Amino acid sequence: MSGTVLAPVQATFRAVADTVVPEAASLGPEKWREVQDVVESALAARSEALRRQLVIFLRLIEYLPLLRHLRRFSRLSQPARTALLARLESSRFLVLRRGFWGLRTLVLLGYYTRDDVQGALGYRPHAEGWNARRTTAEMRAAAAEPFGEEDQGA
Amino acid sequence: MLTHEYDIVIVGSGAGGGTVAQELAPMVAQGARILVLEQGARLEEYEYTGRELEMSSALYHDGGGFLTADGTMTLAFGRAYGGSTVVYTGTSLVAPDRVIREWCVAGLDHADIERRSHKFMAQNDVHFLPRVLLNDNNKRFVTGCARIGVKAEQFPLNLRGCKGSSLCNLGCPNSAKMGTHRVQLPNAERAGVEVVTRAEALRLEERAVVVRVHDKRPDDKGLPSAWSPGDHHISARLVVLCGGSIGTSALLLRSPVTSGIPRVGERFTCHPAHILVAEHEHDITNDVGHPKSYYVDRAEHDGFVLETCMYFPFTTAKNLTGFGEGHSALMRAFPRLQMILVLACDKAVAGNRIAIDAAGKPVVHYAFTPDVVRSMVSATRMSARIFFAAGALRVHAPSAAPPLIERDQAYRLDDLIVERNFLPGRISISAAHLMGGCAMGAEGSAVTDSRGRVHGVPWLRVADSSLFPDSVEINPYLTVMALADRVAEGIRDDWGASS
Repeated sequence: MSGTVLAPVQATFRAVADTVVPEAASLGPEKWREVQDVVESALAARSEALRRQLVIFLRLIEYLPLLRHLRRFSRLSQPARTALLARLESSRFLVLRRGFWGLRTLVLLGYYTRDDVQGALGYRPHAEGWNARRTTAEMRAAAAEPFGEEDQGA
Repeated sequence: MLTHEYDIVIVGSGAGGGTVAQELAPMVAQGARILVLEQGARLEEYEYTGRELEMSSALYHDGGGFLTADGTMTLAFGRAYGGSTVVYTGTSLVAPDRVIREWCVAGLDHADIERRSHKFMAQNDVHFLPRVLLNDNNKRFVTGCARIGVKAEQFPLNLRGCKGSSLCNLGCPNSAKMGTHRVQLPNAERAGVEVVTRAEALRLEERAVVVRVHDKRPDDKGLPSAWSPGDHHISARLVVLCGGSIGTSALLLRSPVTSGIPRVGERFTCHPAHILVAEHEHDITNDVGHPKSYYVDRAEHDGFVLETCMYFPFTTAKNLTGFGEGHSALMRAFPRLQMILVLACDKAVAGNRIAIDAAGKPVVHYAFTPDVVRSMVSATRMSARIFFAAGALRVHAPSAAPPLIERDQAYRLDDLIVERNFLPGRISISAAHLMGGCAMGAEGSAVTDSRGRVHGVPWLRVADSSLFPDSVEINPYLTVMALADRVAEGIRDDWGASS
């Protein structure tokens, strides 16, 4: 790992990531490292207190299932992981809800900001906007297209 | 520490600071030395790449992820030459007469705000986009509204040469957005106003500002500062604070010379918002075209506004409730997603305020009132109706459990989208219209008068959204400019009288 915050809890973080975004499970070592780098970079800009809280929360997630499943989180099946995280997400304790929300956000940050993932989703922004997307003829057709109040009967 | 002397120092370069700089610029020809200090960097045109992570990190405080004290809401505000005007979508509305009357600030009337707003609408080239440039997301919104009998209105926008990149919130790559970085600040600089970037205001002292100029790191965007890295002490006859609701309030609170001013940080409002998405059968255009061209104004009667919007993949993913396969399936439908932003028109209440921590960093305390929750849930229901009327197959509603509602359940929206599912910490709530903290009003009950003069501190003015005594119920930037114009006029009048 290129960073240090997640090093002591990397197995748990990977297991959480694979549960939050199932597609992450198919990421090879190099692409997973890129995800981690984005997350570590985001954490580096945060306070030491927040980084400590994150590690503690991940350790809680890792060991909590021992009570019920006699297994650590990173050894659970996907359905069991999903169930546990869902309970955290909807917990009556705000500290657990927001802890999961923050962790989920980090996973989504690492995964969905990647160029290859955004491209695969079909997200195709272009600085040239309409010039990159439509021909002149298509622009003329769009200008004549009815919508809204004209379309009400459709 | 290096020392400097100026006549007027303006802290912040957004809608407020840029306006004050431009309006005071004629004084330079009369010998006044005027300085603008901006914490962020000045980006060059080629640096607006439109890449989500890269531009969020470069243009927003905390990369766009500043959280309230209890972690239940994300506040997004700009940090760049041009402030938040670099990253807003440019919707330009005049504050409603009703709101200005309700503010009840002596010396402030709507006619004056309206006149000044129109001045800046002309400067900023505000106009309606022609229909040919509208994308499917906006068209479907209008169609859906028409079908359920709701009035959708078109936003006037401050654009010149918009190509429809859809990248407004990451900084326009075509120099088309007429923020202060394109209009007011260049005007001010041409007249001789100096601008120093990468200058973080550490504290105020008696007629002075102490700033720390940060060096440009190798991987930073933007030009280096005009001043050397390190701490600088700047003396001034007058200091004008334009750092935004959070920046200005925190600066006053952490500076010993101003920390005793009563009411600073109070009356914070922010228009809490949800991003809602709906999936259509076929691809629709939303990653091209101006993202925010239409709205529904239900502020007065229902406490909310709906706006069309487009958000980038990570921002969209973060705003969807849930995780796992269902979340991924909706993200894979990205080209088929229609989006609506719902904003609650919150009211200033005791407890919702800006404070500071032991290190002087801002801390925002915010609790969602029953009225806000009610408004957001109502807004979500109306949005769901609009989505389905526009032909959506399914709608993602944060206040529904489960959040995904299929078309065949559209008749049950009032039963499915309910207040008990509005669970802060589980659902994503964000805000970008940050207001209050240095409210205008009478001495004793407010921080400033209607010209931004800080009560009891003759060398200090405020000219940003922290002046608002309550939420403005529309995008605040034009009202900020109008108020900043008033502040600048007051400064010119006072300057002339004292010369």
